[in-house]
Amino acid sequence: MSTIAYAKELDLRNLPCPMPVVKISKGIKEVAVGEVVKAITTDPGALTDFPAWAKTSGHQILETETTGTEVNFYIKRLK
Amino acid sequence: MDTDFSAQFEELKARVENLEQNAQENKLSMVVFSGDLDRALASFIIATGAAAMGMEVMMFFTFWATPLLRDPKKATPGKDLMGTMFGAMLPKGAAKAQLSKMNFGGAGTKMMQGLMASKNVASLPQMIELAAELGIKVCICDMSMNLMGFKREEMIDYPDLMYCGVAKFLEQAMGSKVQLFI
Repeated sequence: MSTIAYAKELDLRNLPCPMPVVKISKGIKEVAVGEVVKAITTDPGALTDFPAWAKTSGHQILETETTGTEVNFYIKRLK
Repeated sequence: MDTDFSAQFEELKARVENLEQNAQENKLSMVVFSGDLDRALASFIIATGAAAMGMEVMMFFTFWATPLLRDPKKATPGKDLMGTMFGAMLPKGAAKAQLSKMNFGGAGTKMMQGLMASKNVASLPQMIELAAELGIKVCICDMSMNLMGFKREEMIDYPDLMYCGVAKFLEQAMGSKVQLFI
């Protein structure tokens, strides 16, 4: 388990494309710049979609953690 | 020598300004031509994904995609014969869109809609609501409306909706990094 502290947790389990990126793009705005959101996903596409989203929208994925069928992303709001 | 430099400077400045004016912005301009359920879904998935990635999105609905934006709850009296015929033959709203393949007289579409619901995939009407929520702009081709006899009063209530022609699309497309035709 990651030791990264986060300000908000987003449960995106069982949501298929494009919902995970749509919801993280909203969710990241609900924390302050510099704070971290933990997103829990089950969509296999998220593994490639989240880095692509982070790159274009200018946020940073600090850690990607896979537990069984779930993938947790720790994303820092940069702007 | 001095005047030479300043002339060159002025010329460069003008060229940079020109480049900046014509630069493609972080925008997506999409032509939605098809009224098929599968293609329309793909259009909205890409559009909402782009909005989530911070892009400004504009969707241009033309030809067979136009009836997707009809509101089934709105009555439209006073249409001429051709308008009434088109109105009756084309789907009245996004919920009535059919698959482009394996439709089997509507049975295939029903099956796909059931499958989508069981797998938590958003329906086309839900995707349109999401697009509205994300501030995606919608433009409906005036010529298609006219051709098929649709009236503005029968179209859905969408926050950022306008009616336009090809020049509006091209103006947007020229300034967009991504342009798609679906």
